[in-house]
Amino acid sequence: MSAQDHAAGHGHGHDDHHHHAELSFAQRWLFSTNHKDIGTLYIIFGLIGGICGLIISVLMRMELQSPGMQIFSSGQAWNAAITSHGLLMIFFSVMPVLIGGFGNWFIPLMIGAPDMAFPRLNNISFWLLVPAFALILAGQFVGSGAGPGWTLYPPLSNATYQSGPALDFVLFALHLAGISSLLGAINFITTIFNMRAPGMTLHKMPLFIWAMLVTAFLLLLAVPVLAGAITMLITDRNFGTAFFEPSGGGDPVLFQHLFWFFGHPEVYIMILPAFGVISHIISTFSRKPIFGYLGMAYAMVAIGVVGFVVWAHHMFISGMDVDTRAYFMAATMIIAVPTGIKIFSWIATMWGGSIEMKTPMLWAVGFIFVFTLGGVTGVVLANAGIDQYVHNTYYVIAHFHYVLSLGAVFGIFAGFYYWIGKMSGRQYPEQLGKLHFWMTFVGVNLTFFPMHFLGLAGMPRRYVDYPDAFVGWNMVASIGAYIGAASMVLFLYVIYRTFTSKERLADNYWGEGATTLEWTQSSPPAFHTYEVLPRIR
Amino acid sequence: MSSDSHGATSITSSGLKQPYHLVDPSPWPIIGAFTGGATLTGIVLVAHYHSWWMLILGLIGTLVVMYGWWRDVLKESSTPGMHSTIVRLGLRYGVIMFIASEVMFFVGFFWAFFHFALYPEHVLGVVNPTWPPPGVLTFDPWGLPFLNTMILLLSGTTVTWAHHGILHNDRKALIQGLTITVVLGLLFTCLQAWEYSLAPFKFFGGGVYPAVFFLATGFHGFHVIIGTIFLAVCLLRARKGHFTAERHFGFEAAAWYWHFVDVVWLFLFICVYWWGAGEIAHH
Repeated sequence: MSAQDHAAGHGHGHDDHHHHAELSFAQRWLFSTNHKDIGTLYIIFGLIGGICGLIISVLMRMELQSPGMQIFSSGQAWNAAITSHGLLMIFFSVMPVLIGGFGNWFIPLMIGAPDMAFPRLNNISFWLLVPAFALILAGQFVGSGAGPGWTLYPPLSNATYQSGPALDFVLFALHLAGISSLLGAINFITTIFNMRAPGMTLHKMPLFIWAMLVTAFLLLLAVPVLAGAITMLITDRNFGTAFFEPSGGGDPVLFQHLFWFFGHPEVYIMILPAFGVISHIISTFSRKPIFGYLGMAYAMVAIGVVGFVVWAHHMFISGMDVDTRAYFMAATMIIAVPTGIKIFSWIATMWGGSIEMKTPMLWAVGFIFVFTLGGVTGVVLANAGIDQYVHNTYYVIAHFHYVLSLGAVFGIFAGFYYWIGKMSGRQYPEQLGKLHFWMTFVGVNLTFFPMHFLGLAGMPRRYVDYPDAFVGWNMVASIGAYIGAASMVLFLYVIYRTFTSKERLADNYWGEGATTLEWTQSSPPAFHTYEVLPRIR
Repeated sequence: MSSDSHGATSITSSGLKQPYHLVDPSPWPIIGAFTGGATLTGIVLVAHYHSWWMLILGLIGTLVVMYGWWRDVLKESSTPGMHSTIVRLGLRYGVIMFIASEVMFFVGFFWAFFHFALYPEHVLGVVNPTWPPPGVLTFDPWGLPFLNTMILLLSGTTVTWAHHGILHNDRKALIQGLTITVVLGLLFTCLQAWEYSLAPFKFFGGGVYPAVFFLATGFHGFHVIIGTIFLAVCLLRARKGHFTAERHFGFEAAAWYWHFVDVVWLFLFICVYWWGAGEIAHH
């Protein structure tokens, strides 16, 4: 352990001036170099981003509640709304909370490190999201808005169909968010490789750390390809190049390849951290070690690796030849194997355990349910033949909302209820937490399950209007969305009740099931933890 | 704490003081984030409104932040106890990961190149698609591009010369090697600019070949400029005696980066200039 070799000899004169009582507001929250404070900023930011994305989705469901034009003035206004909804939820809600928020808070706490490897880089990773968010809003409100959808496909995203600066603001917002993710990924990888406590070998790392490590590598290798793609799109739109312009010899399908080479790892970037969170919660509330620890860790590695070679299953109807489709179909289905390892290992962890259905466990079990459902429809969609039928229908919308808007978001809420006591030192209201879960569970399932039927019946995505035949399930989905939105209001009340709670929590308030390093620290932890390194045996 | 979530492990205190560098609060990240945002917003304002103030403000701000931030890092590196051995190891991880991400950035542009060059049928809008597309004249790879290849390869050896200078505490060799490397870097950039001025195709509205050519080689050229600045800063630091045989990671990072831009160029030369050459333009 090089850590222990160096600790002994060196004098550390800088340790003494690190008490946050001395820090001004600006120093603590604007100039921060503390992983816990930056993590808190990320979580608050992600909550704001998520509420903005949720408001747009409620407007969308109000529009689709019945046929005809209700809320939106034009197809372009609708397109701008769905674009903002997708980008806000992915880049400004799920990623900031799961990766920036929980990652920042718990990577150092769980590996026994006093902070992240590059604390200043950590802070710029967060703050880059703020101008990026402003540019996304500019994309929504300047002119007629940016409306190519979050996938940004040309020709809909070219200078003819999205004229004006709105989409350019959005593309540069993605550049900023991408730089933020990249710097964060470099920081996470370095922290995990370089700062584990003495004795914590890779095979003793908590599964959340494994999840964040794989996530960070996916970000590191996938995001720059998106940067290249949107750079080409920007120059096509503004500086006369023709990468994706058939009139100049370019090919729009090239953009799809580049986009999905990033975009497919991106969906694992969103779900892997949730996998990590869920593993700890299932283990804690079953009072059993996780079943098949190494299998769980390497299943995530396998998902990460295979996730890089399946991208064109998003492009089955782009004109690829049948051999290429056969390959991407087979490779995609292989991902179900490591994913199955995870699902079955979670169930095996619960098997025979002393299960306690506290709020985090409810969310975790709910996660397994919705994620499995979304995973099963994923295998359906992986079939190139079936995909030709349901491509770009609400079946696809149902699928990816089951794995992301339900899966990843359930992971966020599970992690929130599991760790809010650790982060704030305060107890969340248990009954309200459970009510929040059941309201959300009913709301989101009511919203997204009928979309399977709509998709199979042929309702296409990204349209502001639809034939009368689809009205029934659309009405049900809208009612579900209102219940889901109401559950978000309840969640805000849960936050209010948590932070006004008089109840203070012990170091390990979950008891013997919670065994990772963060439970050895006070709740909330000291501003700087692990001044003396722990040792893992 | 009887068992960990994965096997029978226990947590005790190691009794070791943490050896890492806990950085003081710093204004640079938040300012840098907003000047970076202003720079990119500024590009949109230039493209759509021909208004330059935001871009200029953003660029100046970003340069100020880069200066201030790195000045702080250099100050810390010479403060005892801050850049401990394990912290320096972390910096190595960081730079390696950064270069890996840069490689993936270029993968995007090579992907665009091979999408068309390997499969000319992807070149749309022409009857008999070829790569380069019909009517496009290209550079003679054995003219300026080959000279530039030799210049970059030579600079790769001179930077190693400088490295050996550090390792043997031979400051004169270090400064000589670095100076020549920086001069070769500048020479490459100048020749590349000259080559651009001779291009038999135009960037704006020239179709897909110049798009791929200029963005791939242009981003490489931009990275050469960054690497040259990085090496020039190392040269200044070398003259001030910042580097020792034991501690010179700033120099090593610059050298790694320089080798990275060198390798990218080799791929550009072999694939884009040589294998991807069409009918050669004669000046």
